[in-house]
Amino acid sequence: MHDTLIPLLGERLGAHRVLTAREDILPYGFDGTATLRGRPRAVVFPRDAADVSFVLGLARAGGVPVVTRGSGTGLSGGSVPHEGALVLCLAKMDRILEVDTANLALRAEAGAITQKIHEAADAAGLFYPPDPGSMKISTIGGNVAENSGGLRGLKYGVTRDYVMGMEVVLADGSICWLGSKCVKDVAGYNLRDLFIGSEGTLGVVTQVLLKLLPKPAARRTILATFGAMDEAAGAVSAIIAAKIIPCTLEFLDRTTIRCVEDFARAGLPREAAAVLLIEADGHPAAVADEAAQIEALCRAQGATSVKCAADAAESAQLASARRSAFSALARVRPTTILEDVTVPRSELAGMVRAVEAVARKHGLTIATFGHFGDGNLHPTILTDERDAAEMHRVELALAEIVEETLRRGGTITGEHGVGLAKKPFLRRQLGDASFELLRVVKRALDPDGLLNPGKIFD
Amino acid sequence: MKSLREMDYSVLQQCMHCGMCLPSCPTYEETKLERHGPRGRIALLRAVADGELEVTKALGEEMYYCLGCLACTTACPAGVDYAALFETARAEVEDARVLATPTRSAVRWFALRLVFTRPRLLRALGRGLRWWQASGWAERARRAGLMNLLPENLRRLEPQAPVMRARFSHELIAPVERPERVQRRVAVLTGCVQDLAYSEVNRATVDVLKANGCEVLTPPVQPCCGSLHAHNGDVRTARELARRQLDLIDPGAVDAIISNAGGCGSHLRHYDRLLADDPVYAARAAEWSRKVRDVAEYLVEIGFRLPRGGAGASGEGGNLAVTYHESCHLCHGQGVSRQPRELLRAIPGVELRECAEATTCCGSAGIYSLTQPETADRLRERKLWHLRATGAAVVATGNPGCQLQIENGYRAAGEQGPEVVHPVVLLARAYREESGEVRSV
Ligand SMILES: Cc1cc2nc3c(=O)[nH]c(=O)nc-3n(C[C@H](O)[C@H](O)[C@H](O)COP(=O)(O)OP(=O)(O)OC[C@H]3O[C@@H](n4cnc5c(N)ncnc54)[C@H](O)[C@@H]3O)c2cc1C
Ligand code: SF4
Ligand code: SF4
Repeated sequence: MHDTLIPLLGERLGAHRVLTAREDILPYGFDGTATLRGRPRAVVFPRDAADVSFVLGLARAGGVPVVTRGSGTGLSGGSVPHEGALVLCLAKMDRILEVDTANLALRAEAGAITQKIHEAADAAGLFYPPDPGSMKISTIGGNVAENSGGLRGLKYGVTRDYVMGMEVVLADGSICWLGSKCVKDVAGYNLRDLFIGSEGTLGVVTQVLLKLLPKPAARRTILATFGAMDEAAGAVSAIIAAKIIPCTLEFLDRTTIRCVEDFARAGLPREAAAVLLIEADGHPAAVADEAAQIEALCRAQGATSVKCAADAAESAQLASARRSAFSALARVRPTTILEDVTVPRSELAGMVRAVEAVARKHGLTIATFGHFGDGNLHPTILTDERDAAEMHRVELALAEIVEETLRRGGTITGEHGVGLAKKPFLRRQLGDASFELLRVVKRALDPDGLLNPGKIFD
Repeated sequence: MKSLREMDYSVLQQCMHCGMCLPSCPTYEETKLERHGPRGRIALLRAVADGELEVTKALGEEMYYCLGCLACTTACPAGVDYAALFETARAEVEDARVLATPTRSAVRWFALRLVFTRPRLLRALGRGLRWWQASGWAERARRAGLMNLLPENLRRLEPQAPVMRARFSHELIAPVERPERVQRRVAVLTGCVQDLAYSEVNRATVDVLKANGCEVLTPPVQPCCGSLHAHNGDVRTARELARRQLDLIDPGAVDAIISNAGGCGSHLRHYDRLLADDPVYAARAAEWSRKVRDVAEYLVEIGFRLPRGGAGASGEGGNLAVTYHESCHLCHGQGVSRQPRELLRAIPGVELRECAEATTCCGSAGIYSLTQPETADRLRERKLWHLRATGAAVVATGNPGCQLQIENGYRAAGEQGPEVVHPVVLLARAYREESGEVRSV
């Protein structure tokens, strides 16, 4: 079978949609995750669900694993191929099929780029809120498969909250539609949700139907700096207690602030312990009122400075400090390992301090930034994968950070998924019964275990 | 030149494979294949450095399918030095001779080793070409179908060749020109294509510098800067040319070394890296690199004088709609993007209209339009489409390769098209209009 697989694929898809040469497939051996690599057998580019169904049928007949891939920006190794797997890359299925302004919905092929979906919605005066940092290249299928978040999670939620329906190809090759354009729909189990965040292990998403919102009329950006971590956390609690839900509530810690200053010179005070970037959006009058309250609350909690942007240009300038965080950190050392732990909001300040203690203990540079409003932190370890001794300390530090997160009632991943990177910790978090339930679901949908094997669990 | 295996591994390692560069890469945009994007290319180069992949023909072809436009470096959050990887990789491809054919080797020898190392020979060829273009022979030969006798590549090349100017740079510019009051001293590099085909840009460069208190040194015979060589895998010749350049112009004797060609400037800035291991020239090269400036960058840096005259072409004092196409090696290679626009906006009557995808390659990319004609043509079409959409009467751009590519594009489409000029040419016109002096160059 193995010897006929490639010719059969070529016959159906055309030889140029089936890559096997070393130079062609080597670049599909990794995703955005540091240090993980694999070597696929071939990379195929389907044109539609029928092609996907055909590929899965052949793979099943030959017992060949299939790894679905969007743009390969994942941060948990989700699309890193299993040795000898077929990579099913949806990057060429990238059309936006429909913008339905009457029903506030948009339908696109799974390989459509998130940014293009934003643009298509925007052109119709509408708004697709999820905005992962990778949106200019991530695919909507990848977003659905990881249930990606972004900077607007606090008010608008994550990808899951916008998926009305989808077309999925199952391991046996059958093509299903799950969901509809109806706002309410309780016909049968909510299987759509099962596939959201399934990381390519249950089926291949080929189309997505998304919910859109009216575009908020106004937006206001505020940047507050604090001399102590607890003051920043206090400001966040005070804002939430005042019944204000900003659309964005982002955070940078001391190490991140210094790196941003070294590499991007965003004008942040180097001695600050924390920076909060807060954005309110909605009706202009409400936004103005909320912005004033946020400013007052930050000052009351001891902010050393509070800047409120006067216009869009100034907003962009304030936001650039947060946006450049990841890029600034990525420049410091050759290897950048981005963690994704999430804790209940009340545990945030303690968690940030715990990460600092872990960094000190192991002699590592760990900068923490993230989505404070969501309790989602990105402790980022700056290291060098070629330094075996240091990488060993990194392993220890990661395990301790996970331990601390679970102790505080948190989760090992808020938005990047389990993939390969978080696999060792999943059973600990879920407990035996819930963990086994995942396996039951997997076996029911993919009895041969050919869809992205070895991801989430073994 | 250090090979991929010997070079500083951290340059390769710096890529965290995040993919943020992919949407800005023209060749990835064209095929959506990783191998044709920066992340994939870097992965292949790293595989070579790791000893997992040899330098194969496919790798060689890949590195020549890459435009070298450096859009990926602007997009990259991690600060990956793709330019260094690209040059190292092309050099290694040449050393491994995986693409070598007798014709290719002969053409490379003729261009890289013979013509573009001998400025006087280049000018002689330029004069020959000028005669061919001006005498009517070119036209006659074309009508008689004689061009069909030429090999395919040459046949493509001939109508794309730039029109040789009646006078080359040294016939327009004195070796030393002084304004009435000297505040600074600079050297101007006249380039190769610029020297022959756009010598008016060099004249305008000297004019605007003089108008801003600069004493301008312009050596009449200048070697090629070596960018063509470095970008095409001939680093040894690039080094030799850099040394000759350093012999000709002492960076210690001037405040700045001015380039007006994006492609050259981007290379000239890296003489420090190119000659870092050279016991004799390293220090001088470092000083050189510190002082190289693009002309627009320098004018903004010294606070150029705002012109009172208009841009000429506006006629009755009406507005002149100008759009700006960014040369890849000026914006991505040198980070000079704001300054040329500042020059244009400073000219009374100029209305600057931004063009979509202004920072995307026009397909010229050195000699890419000759080596990869299909891709180059598609990029040119796309560029023209965006330029037309602005409705601008003038397209300003800071690199002769881009200027030629865009002019050829309009010509191939059978259009008159807008005037394509270097920003300093417009600024020089504006200064001239102040004094009522009219000189046609
Ligand atoms: C710079 C950067 C910033 C980021 N910022 C964020 C952020 O703010 N928030 C966030 O949540 N994530 C973020 N990410 C992570 C990543 O971009 C997201 O997980 C994204 O959704 C992945 O999309 P992709 O198309 O690249 O998917 P891939 O990486 O190709 O795949 C991810 C997973 O989804 C599966 N998959 C992909 N397509 C399909 C499909 N059509 N059907 C079934 N399974 C599929 C794959 O098998 C794999 O398991 C960031 C990543 C980077 C590099
Ligand atoms: S130089 Fe240009 S063509 Fe080459 S990889 Fe970078 S963006 Fe792509
Ligand atoms: S943006 Fe930079 S780090 Fe990311 S893949 Fe491209 S070259 Fe690598």
